[in-house]
Amino acid sequence: MSIESLKCKECGTAYELDASYVCENCFGPLEVAYDFSALDPVEVKRRIQAGSQGIWRYADFLPFEGRPGDPLEPGLTPLLRADRLAERLGVEAELWIKNDAANPTHSFKDRVVAVAVAKARELGFETVACASTGNLANAVAAHAAAAGLDSYVFVPANLEEQKLLATGVYGTNLVGVRGNYDDVNRLCTQLAESRPWAFVNVNLRPYYAEGSKTLAYETAEQLGWELPDRVVCPIASGSLFTKLGRGFQEWLDLGLLSGAQPIFNGAQAEGCSPVATAFAEGWDVCKPQKPETIAKSLAIGDPADGPYAVEHARRTGGGVDSVTDAEIRDGIKLLAETTGIFTETAGGVTVGVLKKLAARGEIGAGERVVVYITGEGLKTLDATRDTFQMHEIDPDLESFEAEFHQEVAA
Amino acid sequence: MTVTVKIPTQLRAATGGQSEVEVSGSTVGEVLDAVFDAHGDLRERITQDGDLRRFVNVYVSGEDIRFQQGLETGISDGDEVTILPAVAGG
Repeated sequence: MSIESLKCKECGTAYELDASYVCENCFGPLEVAYDFSALDPVEVKRRIQAGSQGIWRYADFLPFEGRPGDPLEPGLTPLLRADRLAERLGVEAELWIKNDAANPTHSFKDRVVAVAVAKARELGFETVACASTGNLANAVAAHAAAAGLDSYVFVPANLEEQKLLATGVYGTNLVGVRGNYDDVNRLCTQLAESRPWAFVNVNLRPYYAEGSKTLAYETAEQLGWELPDRVVCPIASGSLFTKLGRGFQEWLDLGLLSGAQPIFNGAQAEGCSPVATAFAEGWDVCKPQKPETIAKSLAIGDPADGPYAVEHARRTGGGVDSVTDAEIRDGIKLLAETTGIFTETAGGVTVGVLKKLAARGEIGAGERVVVYITGEGLKTLDATRDTFQMHEIDPDLESFEAEFHQEVAA
Repeated sequence: MTVTVKIPTQLRAATGGQSEVEVSGSTVGEVLDAVFDAHGDLRERITQDGDLRRFVNVYVSGEDIRFQQGLETGISDGDEVTILPAVAGG
């Protein structure tokens, strides 16, 4: 495998490949460094195409000493043309939806967790844990159960009921913390110091984050080994957004793809928009916020990769926008009505921002745009409550005719 | 005002392995300066040009100082100052 070391993203100091995530010299985040020079692109492509029907087909680009395994392999989710959505938005673009709700626990988090849990096993951990806004909780509980590891899942206690139920069912130690996500995260950062656990998004974060690159590889492979011109992607911590960019770049550098990085458009909820604010203000740090939004899966007020997300949006000529709760609800409905895909609030945020870009005329004719839908609508049912009416009738023909008379006559 | 400053694992090489340091000061800035006086290596690791580096979080009794007055945030008796990496989560 091509894995080389952990390396500080800020100052470049190299570290051993163990469960650490912070540079001791400058406190910057550690990232996995590889040496891909021994890879032959033709052979790699053949290996991928003959590989498993999931993310392990990209094992050459993942942070393992040996071949990774996971009984609950995520990935190869559908990439669907969305012509009816393009029409509704009034754009003549080639619009695609990457529906990553079609993963084992119905969000993109299965990708990062599969990688983190496989790495936890490689490093000899027996317990995995996480700080989560919900989707990660589902994924950690499920993948730990499948791998036969113990798990501790920490979430804000006021999380959507669906996400709590879909976590507890796997038999994890579910801990509801009276506070917001950033409080949960601080607690887990402190716990990670004393517990011999693999916190997937704390001490294993450098490996965990690598799982997001598989979304870039899949997109390119499903587009016939080509790049999109533009991507629209939600931003919580900013990790998915920046790793998508890294995934595309690795394949560009290796010659598996030609062209340039797509334009990156990030999407945040107005009630938690530290990255959008930093982008708009031209800052290179994100000022933390206290989240107040229905998009709880994106409600990270102090985003770890925020500065890098801002940099990547700038570098690719893109941007970071935010939308209101009302626009989030509209986005969920618009996607459902035009594509048949029911997304959670994070997807509503992403579609809301896509709509904004379209309205501003930023999406050019013929542009190939990929929109990342990262989670499932059934997990945030409250967001669709009262957005439509049911016709209630008696079980007879007259009752139906009376209700629908005008429609039938027309 | 004497306060306890919690040192994260990643910085303990600079404090001779100590996980807590007792110092005095009336603001976060003064408290950190006192910590740096005792453990010189720490200054460069977590600050740059007089400001905290961008991946350093400091809390006073659990509350992020960026929601307060930053390094000017006042310290009361019994407060606990915690330094933590800002690179977790998500």
